[in-house]
Amino acid sequence: MKTDSSIAVIYGLEQKTNVIRPLFSCGVSAGFPSPADDHVDRKLDLNELLIQNPAATFFVRVAGDSMTDAGINHDDILVVDRSLQAGHGKIVIAIIHGELTVKRLMGRDSSWQLVAANAAYPAVKISEEAGCEVWGVVTSVIHQF
Amino acid sequence: MKKVFALVDCNNFYVSCERLFRPALNIQPVVVLSNNDGCVIARSNEAKALGIPMGEPYFKIKAFARRQNIHVFSSNYALYGDLSARVMDVLHQMEAEMEVYSIDEAFLSLPVSRNWNRISYAAELRERIRKYVGIPVSIGIGPSKTLAKIAGRVAKKEGRYQGVFDLADSSQMDDVLRQTEVNDVWGIGKRFTEKLGRQGIHNALELKRANDAWIRKHLTVVGARIVMELNGISCLPLEKAPAAKKSIVTSRSFGQPVTALSDLREAVISFSSRAAVKLREQNLEAGALHLFLATNRFGDQAVSYFNGQTVPLPHPTSDTSMLITTALRCLQSLYKAGYRYQKAGVLLSALSPQGYKQQSLFAPTTEENKPLMTALDRINDKWGQDTIRYGLTGAHKLWGMRQSYKSSAYTSSWQELPLVKASLV
Repeated sequence: MKTDSSIAVIYGLEQKTNVIRPLFSCGVSAGFPSPADDHVDRKLDLNELLIQNPAATFFVRVAGDSMTDAGINHDDILVVDRSLQAGHGKIVIAIIHGELTVKRLMGRDSSWQLVAANAAYPAVKISEEAGCEVWGVVTSVIHQF
Repeated sequence: MKKVFALVDCNNFYVSCERLFRPALNIQPVVVLSNNDGCVIARSNEAKALGIPMGEPYFKIKAFARRQNIHVFSSNYALYGDLSARVMDVLHQMEAEMEVYSIDEAFLSLPVSRNWNRISYAAELRERIRKYVGIPVSIGIGPSKTLAKIAGRVAKKEGRYQGVFDLADSSQMDDVLRQTEVNDVWGIGKRFTEKLGRQGIHNALELKRANDAWIRKHLTVVGARIVMELNGISCLPLEKAPAAKKSIVTSRSFGQPVTALSDLREAVISFSSRAAVKLREQNLEAGALHLFLATNRFGDQAVSYFNGQTVPLPHPTSDTSMLITTALRCLQSLYKAGYRYQKAGVLLSALSPQGYKQQSLFAPTTEENKPLMTALDRINDKWGQDTIRYGLTGAHKLWGMRQSYKSSAYTSSWQELPLVKASLV
């Protein structure tokens, strides 16, 4: 991509939250060290699990029940990564008639459909006229009880 | 190694931010208003085509906007700040050498090489920002920052270039400069434009060829530098570290005119507190405080009043109570009864890094209220702004901002996330 061989700085991804690192809890002692100290791991960070590309990741809230068979319920939060390529079988946020909607993308070559995960809702054929466009790819659903 | 500059500029940035979660607005006229719904500060191309000027006071176009179905938004800086950071983040990932120039602009430094196509690289950068963040940008390339800016204007205006225009090694250089008015050249303000106009210099090409001695005499070294930049000689390098701030301002227009001294006192205390937090966030201390008061700019001249006062602080400080006391003393001497005040503000200047001060003979030897300030900031950080604040600040904010048309905090509040439909469409 770049031919410049003198790259001065390489920027890494910035972690948006603090990763909490545990302290070694035992004091310094002259005797045997605590065997537990060899097994201190870092704390788990949900961001690390759910977010691969922070710059391209957005959260949205679901309104409606057309995706219940895919485990997506009314009022759930979806993690959406815009940097991912949409493809057959992916759950996507799509723009239909100027509105953000969640559907499953199905099809190949020139014939694509946006399919609900609830038999009560019909599929939508993707066409220029409907102004359909994929907004982002859903990577996780957060359902709070 | 030879380098060229690229300016990445977000198109109608605030409007693009408002459109991201409301795609139905993509082909509609949209404007965004300044703080307190004062003036138009961003326009979609459709709004520009309807003839709405930049900076127009909102009350003047309110009726027109309603008739024309123009979508009006109050500024939503939480949203714009978040999306700006994402755009800059994507650039950082692609390019090591960059300067964040403003909320919606960044300069890059690109290598020059025969076997590398920088136009297609810029196009890729542009497409990546559009895909990842959803914000359209234009990219102008030139041998100097000033020329990159001019190239950026061409990239934005001329659809045939698809958002990328390269003025370096371009045979169109002189044509483009001829079509650029001097007041559209980066760094040429109103005063320079008038001086140049009297000299018969109206476009960037004429400026490029202007007599150096005359420029130095009348436009100083600043003007001479601009002329060199127009000639492709880079004088303004990338500023990778943001320059140290020279002042910190907290000011606001009041939602409705304020007349009572007690209301002004509350506002001044709140502004001072806010400014003090900003100071401490950057580990700075202020050497001087300026307070200003103003009545309505569009009001009757006979009842208008604008005044400000600067007082040096006894020693550099970031202590909230010290700043409040000083600001209230200024207010006491500035306040005149009988006026309807529309705006007030606190400006802190003579900033220096914390602890980097000359010892004053009269400075208290104790570390003031440093532990108190630290505790205050921590609590407010954790539990939200103004959880703990200085007395008198007042819970009822008569002078709060007017934001009648603000969109949701889509990216900064769990309660205001964008909704996606899972129902019939």
